[in-house]
Amino acid sequence: MNNNKNSTLSKNQSPSNLLRILLAKNWALLFTLIIILIFSFTGKRFFQLANFQNILHLSTIYLLLTASETFVIITGGIDLSVGFVMGLSSVLSAKIIELLHAANLPPVLSISIGSIVALIVCIIPGLINGVLITKYKVPPFIATLGMMGITNGVALIISEGFPVAYLPGVLPSIGNSYLIYILPGKAISFFDKPKGIAGEEIKELIRIIPNSLIFISIIIFILWHILKKTKFGQHTYAIGGSMDASVRAGINTSKHLVIIYVLSSFLAGLAGVFYVFQTGIGIYTSFSAMYELLAIAGVVIGGASLMGGKGGIIGSVIGVFLLGVIENGLHLSGVDPFFRYIAVGLILIVAVIIDQSFPDLL
Amino acid sequence: MEYLLEVKNLTKRFGGLVAVDNVSMGVKEGEVVGLLGDNGAGKSTLIKMISGVYRPDGGQIFFMGKEVIIDSPIKALSIAIETLYQDLALAENLNVYSNIFLGREKLKKVLKFINVLDNDYMLKESKGVLDRLEIEIPSLRNRVRMLSGGQRQAVAISRSIYWNARLLILDEPTAALGVAEQKKVLDLVRLLRSQGIGIIIISHQLYDVFSVADRLVILRRGEKVGERNIKETNPDEIVSLIVGAEKVSEKICPADRD
Repeated sequence: MNNNKNSTLSKNQSPSNLLRILLAKNWALLFTLIIILIFSFTGKRFFQLANFQNILHLSTIYLLLTASETFVIITGGIDLSVGFVMGLSSVLSAKIIELLHAANLPPVLSISIGSIVALIVCIIPGLINGVLITKYKVPPFIATLGMMGITNGVALIISEGFPVAYLPGVLPSIGNSYLIYILPGKAISFFDKPKGIAGEEIKELIRIIPNSLIFISIIIFILWHILKKTKFGQHTYAIGGSMDASVRAGINTSKHLVIIYVLSSFLAGLAGVFYVFQTGIGIYTSFSAMYELLAIAGVVIGGASLMGGKGGIIGSVIGVFLLGVIENGLHLSGVDPFFRYIAVGLILIVAVIIDQSFPDLL
Repeated sequence: MEYLLEVKNLTKRFGGLVAVDNVSMGVKEGEVVGLLGDNGAGKSTLIKMISGVYRPDGGQIFFMGKEVIIDSPIKALSIAIETLYQDLALAENLNVYSNIFLGREKLKKVLKFINVLDNDYMLKESKGVLDRLEIEIPSLRNRVRMLSGGQRQAVAISRSIYWNARLLILDEPTAALGVAEQKKVLDLVRLLRSQGIGIIIISHQLYDVFSVADRLVILRRGEKVGERNIKETNPDEIVSLIVGAEKVSEKICPADRD
């Protein structure tokens, strides 16, 4: 048994095996590059700056949900409520903004208040999840499944089943603007189109770096830093690796897990607020959206294991990007959207098989 | 010489079952005491009282001459009693130095206000303690999952030593190891003894215990049935104490006559 271990150790260090491990570790990235290459031939207007920015822009909420799920899954848990917490946050912030806007408050104020209140409220589902899981020993799957129904119900009650739509017009223009606009040879401007352009010129306008990309990059950087560089991140991995070892090392695992679920819920809330900025309306999450499942898929494709202890933010970002490229590329190649579900399902299964075949990887 | 750890008349009951009954024993600095007994003899219960997992129902524990109440595992750690159970409690997905520093990570500041892990420091210190214990591990950046059983045992022991354990309790340290690795772990135990650490070792492998212990304490059905210096006994006597051979034969003989 021990000799076996030693021999696998030395076998792992042979060049061909190192190559195999390198491939297995980075297959998602490699696969993404390959399908980008394929879609470049099959898709109309696929390989263009505008399209890639579009993919990233539309991936923003998935990145937030997947990042939150990453923390939870590394601890060995799961959070099924993220999609509906996002819907709750969306309708709650929109409802508050709508009311304040109707009361003639300046848009800056009404938007700030609505967003902040929604973000604070969205801590609550995570707090309840955390306490249920640590104190009452409810399995994460069940606790967050319950929370999924509750947040969905609350969101529907707040919105009365309709989108919350009477919001300041400035919202979507903040959410969908770009950092730099260039009208070749004529004008350049930041955060808004150059003034006084119209008609034909708008078509020539080059937009670079969506605001959403700046926003999500900052968030992702912070989360990456927390997970890889801090004591909190280290303990997150330790809990997923061995709960027993963590307890005996003196880590307050209950407190840590509560914070993890609160963080998850908060990030889902952030996704909901961003969704209001992106669409200009507040809308509850429909059951067919399956945000939580796509988030989990992103995490697993990114190299995490549902057993815990493995995974990372960068991997999850690649996972989301892979799913985004597939959706966009299939669409631009004229493939029926239903095939996307099949593609996602297949890739997810491949991800798990690769994970199982290389248990010593990380 | 005075005892580093001394327990007097420790008793633990689980309902009607007396798991440990009035047991007294002691360990000196730089001494290895083997704790022996069959399954269910009360060895584990006894050490769990010393390591703070169970509260005794009666008796006293003295550590470094003073009476102590060890009411939690954290308390035991804080007075430098470290226990290594068979499962070792390592986070296999973390690397060697992260395990040695788990829960007590060394931090440094970047940009004057952000605390981040000081990996270089932890790596260097871990290397230091492993060298001191003459443990060879190819790379401390390797995840513990990649290590052999003996190497894991060594990592767990060096973690205790790095955090200044005075008394080390080893529960079946060689049970899951190959022959060569068993020898390495026993060598490590001898090295720790020479550095003045008190050690209680639980093992079913009599050969191991005889090769490393100074004194043996034998339990049977919760009671202490013997204490022997290693030089004044032999495996046969110890086995008969463990299984209670004399008593068994006494009981059988009258029955045979009937």
